[in-house]
This record gives sequence, C-alpha cells and structure tokens, in this order.
Amino acid sequence: MADSVSREEVAVISNTDITSTESENNIINTMVERGTALLRKLEINVAEAEKRTGKNTVNMQETYTVYLIEIRPAETEGGTPAAPDTLWRRYSEFELLRTYLLVTYPYIIIPPLPEKRAEFVWHKLSADNLDPDFVERRRVGLENFLLRVASHPVLSNDKIFFLFLTEEKGWRDAVLETGFQDKADSRLKSLSAMFRVKNPDKRFTALKQYSDELNSVISQLLRIRARVADRLYGVYKVHGNYGRVFSEWSAIEKEMGDGLQSAGHHMDTYAASIDDILEEEEHFADQLKEYLFYTDAVRSVCRKHELIQYELEMAAQDLAQKKQQKEELATGTVRIFSLKGMTSKLFGQESPEQKESRLAALEQSIQEGEETVKEKNTECQEFVRAAWDDIEHFKEQKDKDLREALISYAIMQISMCKKGIQVWSNAKECFSKM
Amino acid sequence: MSGHTVPADFSEHMLDLDEDEDLEVFTKNTSLPDGSPLPNSPSSMVNQYRLEDDDEGKEDANTKDIFVTVDHPESQVTAIETFILYRVVTRTTRSDFDSSEYEVRRRYQDFVWLRSKLEEKHPTLIVHPLPEKFVMKGMVERFNDDFIETRRRALHRFLNKISEHPILSYSQHFQVFLTAQDLAPHRKQGPGFLSRMGETVRAVANSVRGLRSRPEEFAVMQEYVDDFSNKMCCMDKVSQRIIKEQREYVDDLKQYSPTYARWGELEEELTEPLKGVASCVVQCSKEAEEHIQHLSEVLVPALHEYVLCAETLKAVMRRRDNIQAEFEAKNEALLTRKAEQEAQLQEEVDVLADRMEQANNSLKGDWVRWQHSMKTDLRSAFISAAEKNVEYYEKCLAVWESFLVSQRAEAGGGQEDVA
Repeated sequence: MADSVSREEVAVISNTDITSTESENNIINTMVERGTALLRKLEINVAEAEKRTGKNTVNMQETYTVYLIEIRPAETEGGTPAAPDTLWRRYSEFELLRTYLLVTYPYIIIPPLPEKRAEFVWHKLSADNLDPDFVERRRVGLENFLLRVASHPVLSNDKIFFLFLTEEKGWRDAVLETGFQDKADSRLKSLSAMFRVKNPDKRFTALKQYSDELNSVISQLLRIRARVADRLYGVYKVHGNYGRVFSEWSAIEKEMGDGLQSAGHHMDTYAASIDDILEEEEHFADQLKEYLFYTDAVRSVCRKHELIQYELEMAAQDLAQKKQQKEELATGTVRIFSLKGMTSKLFGQESPEQKESRLAALEQSIQEGEETVKEKNTECQEFVRAAWDDIEHFKEQKDKDLREALISYAIMQISMCKKGIQVWSNAKECFSKM
Repeated sequence: MSGHTVPADFSEHMLDLDEDEDLEVFTKNTSLPDGSPLPNSPSSMVNQYRLEDDDEGKEDANTKDIFVTVDHPESQVTAIETFILYRVVTRTTRSDFDSSEYEVRRRYQDFVWLRSKLEEKHPTLIVHPLPEKFVMKGMVERFNDDFIETRRRALHRFLNKISEHPILSYSQHFQVFLTAQDLAPHRKQGPGFLSRMGETVRAVANSVRGLRSRPEEFAVMQEYVDDFSNKMCCMDKVSQRIIKEQREYVDDLKQYSPTYARWGELEEELTEPLKGVASCVVQCSKEAEEHIQHLSEVLVPALHEYVLCAETLKAVMRRRDNIQAEFEAKNEALLTRKAEQEAQLQEEVDVLADRMEQANNSLKGDWVRWQHSMKTDLRSAFISAAEKNVEYYEKCLAVWESFLVSQRAEAGGGQEDVA
C-alpha cells in the first residue's frame, strides 16, 4: 500500500498564481524523479511572507520578514488533504541551515539560497529587501531550496533538516549542539587557504574550471539582461506618450477624432504591457541566478577535495621523510640535514641507548604516520566517490533545468510577440476607421 | 481667440527670403550636365527627352492628367559652390502643355522659387511646404546620402501635392518650372525681392493697428491651427524618441548572442539549445533594425511634413489677416476723409473688399481640401507603421516558435516518462 503511494511524488507549489508556463516547466518534476523518501511522505510549501519587528542581537529595533513553512503528509488516494503543520522561519535561519549542511556534507553540492540582496537589477525594480516583489521572489526561491534539499538522496535524510521543517523553537539549539561551528571554522580556512596540490585530480580540475567559466558567462548574461530590460522598458513606455498626444489631438478633430482616441487607448495598453512582460522575465533571471549560485557550491566541493588531497600528500610526504630519517639513523649515513645529526657531529656521537630510544620513537611515529596516510587515503577515496556521485546527479539536473528554462524563455518571447501583434492589429483597425 | 485685436505679424515675410536665393540671381548659369549649350527652342527641348517608364500614380489614373517624378540626384560642382541637381520628369495629357513629356533638372533653390511664386499669387491657398534647408540635429552635412534621399522624397511629394491641387496645378509658374530647360530667365521676371519688401512694408503700415476681429470661422481655424501645430510637434518628437530608444535596445540586444554562444561552447548537452537561442536573438535583432529603418523612412518624414504644414497654415492665416487689416485700414480712412477724396477712396475700398472676399473664399475652399488630404496622408502613414509593427512581431514569433519546435522534437522521445 505504501509503495503504491509512489504515484503521489509530485510536490505541489502552493502559489496559485503560477502561470501555465511555470507549471509546464516546473522543476519539481526533475527533483521528484529521484524519488526520495522525504518527498514521498511530505508536501512542503513556503506559503506566505510576513513582516515582523523585534529586537535583534544588539538590542535594536529591526524589521524583518518571516516565511511560513507548511508541511503536509502527501495525499493518499481518495483522502482529503490534512491540515498542514506550520512554522515561521526567517532568512537568517535558512542561512544557518545551509551553513550546517555545507559543513556536514562537504562532498555534496548544496543547493543555493535565493540572493540576500537584489542584484543585477534593472532600474524599475527595487533593490529594497522589503519590497513586496522582492519578498515574493524570495519566497519562491526559499521554497525551491527546501524542495531541492528534500529531494536530494543524501541531504533529505538529515535529522537537522527534518527538525528545521518541524521544530520551530528547539531547532536552533539542536543545530548548535551538533558542534558544526568548529568544523565551520576549519572549512572557512580551507576555502581561503593557498596551497598547491602536486597531483591534482583531472576531473576536479576540469569541473572547477567549468564552474568558474559558467559563473562568468551567467553573470554576463544577467548584466546584459538588466540593460536590455531597461531599454525595452523605455521603448514601450514612450509609446504611452503617443497615447496622450492621440487623445489630445482627437479632441480637435472631427472626422479623425474617434479613430485617434481609440488608437490612443491601444497605445496606452501597449505601454502598460511591458510591466507584466518584464516580471515574467524576472522568473527566468531567477532560474539563471540559482545556477550562478550553484557554481559557488561546486567550487567549494572542488576546493574541499583539493584540501583533502593536499592533506593526503602532506601526510605521505611526512611519512616518507620519517622513513628516510629512520634509515639514516639505522645505517648511520646522513643524507638529510637534521639538527640532531649536526649536533652529534659537533659534540660527538650519541650513546647506543640514546640511539635506540630515538629509533623507537621514530618507529612509533612512522606507524602513526602510516595510519594517518591510510586514513587520509580512505577519506580521499570516499570523498571522491561520494562527490562524483553527486556531481553526476547535479549535471543531469542542471542540463534538464536549464533546458526547461530556455524553453520557457522562448515561450515568454512568443507571448510577448502575440501581445504586440494584438495591440498593433487593433491600432491599425482604429487608424483604418479614421 | 475672436474679438481681440490681433497684430498682423509681418516678420514671416522677412524670414521667407532666402539669402542664398538672391546670390543665385548673380551666379553664372550652368550648362546642361552633358556640356551641351542650353536649348532655347521647344523643338530642341523635345529632342532632349528620354522616354522612361513612369510607375508613379497609376492608382489615380482616372482623374489625374499630370504625373511628376523627382529622382536622380546628382552633385554639381562649380567654381563658386556645390549643389545637388534633381531630375524632374513630367508626363501630361493637358492641352496647355506643348508636349506630353518633359525632363528638366532643378536644384533646391528652384523649388523655393516656385513655392514663393505660388504663395505670392495665391496668398490664402495652402501651398504644401518644402523640406527644410538643413536639418539641425543629426545631419550636418548637406551631401550625406540619407539626407539627399530624404530630401528627394520630400521634393517629389511637394510637386505631387502641387499637381494634385485644383488651382495651383494650373499655375503658369508651375508649368514653367516643369518645362523650362533653364529656369534662370524666368526667375528674373516678376516682382522680385524689392517689391516683396515693399508689400511687406505696406502690410506693416496698414496693420499696425491690428485686426478688428476675425470672422468666427477663421477664429476657429486659427485655434485649430495652433493646436494642430502643437500636436504635430509632439508626434514628431515622440516618434524620434521611439526610434532612439529602439536603436539603443537593439544595440544591447545584440550582446546576447555572443554570450549565449560562448556558453554553448562550455556545455555538452545544452550546446544545441544555447546556440539556438543565440541564433534567435540575432534574427530578432535584424528584424528590429528593419523595423527602425521603416519608421525612419515612412512615419517620421510624414509627421515632419505636417509639422511644416502647420507652419504653412499659420502663415496663410497671417496673410489672410493682413488682407483683412488692409481693407479695414482703408475703410477707416474712407470714413474720415474729406468729401473730395471720397470717390477715389471708395474705389480703393471696393477693390480691397473684393480682394478680401476672394481671399476668404479661397481659404475656406482650400481648407476643406487640405483637411481631407491631411487625414488621408496621416492615416496612411499610421496604418503603415502599425502594419510594420505587426510584421515585426510576427517575424519574431516565427523565429521563437521554430526554436521551440526544434527543442520539442529533440526532447519528444525521452521526456514523457516522468511519473
């Protein structure tokens, strides 16, 4: 019975304003193909956004937005949808969750959050975080984030994630209790450290390069889009001036008056239509932005791998050095400079007892070193295996999502053209009747 | 506004006089482009004409009996100046023309001369405006190809408007303009600069007091003319602004395609749709550029022409006012003169009264004709612009639809099995 529920894997986005193009190209389809345990059981929505004011950590009044998360058991066949469990979360809590995931699963490409501040903005769009359009787009982005995590084969099983969706009050403590903060510090160090790996893994090198270039190309695309949006806005809005002049002109004409007047209305319609058009295009920009931010996550996985590889190499190098030292000590030849060696030369050979104890210490050190190398090796192999699994999964997802995005962009362009044809055909009719 | 005294504005008369035009009178005559001496007999003129197909005006073939074209602009260089000569070809069945076909070469100054003669003879008829001497913004160079072409079209329209005018097309000056190989001897005849000056002075003298009141219908006309002029200027400005914005839009739009192409090279699975989008953008940019071109060539010149028409209308109203003012001044003089001058003054007043009545009637009649013509012209320009917009969107639609089709065809096989 439970298995037949697999039909209900479709997670629903509760925003009913979704356009047909959006539902057609709903990326949820991609996620749900993975058939994860969590999504089989739950529907997750970020339903609303609300403004709150409260005291922040430095005891100052601030206004912030909270988002309502709704959890509902997935619909069973013939059953009525149950009332959702709900809780409120603000953006900083999402950030905390994500940081936790980044630290805990360094080999996973963690889905990105929607941007903290509006960037790549074209002039009419507000860069204000409290602007209702921005809040709405962020709501969609946050829901998207949760669904991506919930459909991930590894991340969806995480307990902290589950608590994020279910425990409003106790969640923060639970996260901090995991002690991920300590790992967070070391992770930050790893990301910013400069080190060079002797034998880089070619696959990861290629992936990092791809990710950097993708980042650059998407950034450029978003910049161009903002400029083009500005220009197009200008073109459409100037036609509104036609509307005004036609209307005034119609007042002084007898025969031409009606035709001019109605043509003027169509010009006004044309000018007004750009607002909706550009709003739809914003959705496409958001899809691009998601993958722009994904490139950061990819890069961070590559960096983490580099670090592990480097640590492995360092451990192996260290072990080799120690083995060499032991050999020299045992055979008496000094090939590597060491202070002990020099001082013994200067002040005379050490006693056999001293030599024995030093050998023993080295032996111990070598054994520990071998353990370390073995550990690091395993760690590295595990990392590579898990990471590469996830990377393949990511690539498939990316190809599908972006293809869908390009198709929906084409659909948008078509819709814009159809509107244009409509308006100008109407205007032409008015002119003909003049 | 009726009821107010309106000072007749004479300054327009002054500004109409083109300084260069006077120079024209004193420069050397040029010979024909091929170097042969100027013909001076009708028969030799006939021999000059090249027979060519005139594909203009076939639509109005029922009522039109004269067809004029302006084409083949050619640069002429002399010691003193450089100017453009346009070829003017006339075909007519009118009996008052000696021949049925004429070909002459005219320069811009010649058109100016013709127009001023027509206005002189018919001060209250609405004579279609000429293109401006210079366009202030954008085109500084007189001999830029676009400028010449725009001017040629406007000159062509000008002559066609004259030829369609029920009164002006029978003007002797018009006939001379179309037929005389050398216009120079004709230009020296008739009231010249000085006499026009004298007229202006008289007008000023008589109208210093201003107009008593305008008859209602002309007051209404004046109001309309002022409003119309404003509207046309606005329309002209808005259209030019739209073209500017669209140009900037296309420039930015073009940057999409190399970026999408670059992305396409980065990817494997996505290469094909990305390159598809890049190609769509390129095609849409081309369509947009064509659209802009059409606007510049059709809508903007039409609107600009009517901006100039509005100025013509204002001048006509002023001239009519002057004629009325002259009559009123003379009439007043009559009322206050002594008995012995009465008879002569009465005669003068009667002449001026007739003149005024004729002027008013001419204007009334021509007003109707002009309004109708304006409506036809502007309607046609707007329809054309709207059609071009529809066409532009239809073409872009086709581009994106074919992209969609190609994507769906690709995806068709494997993507239908989502649970």
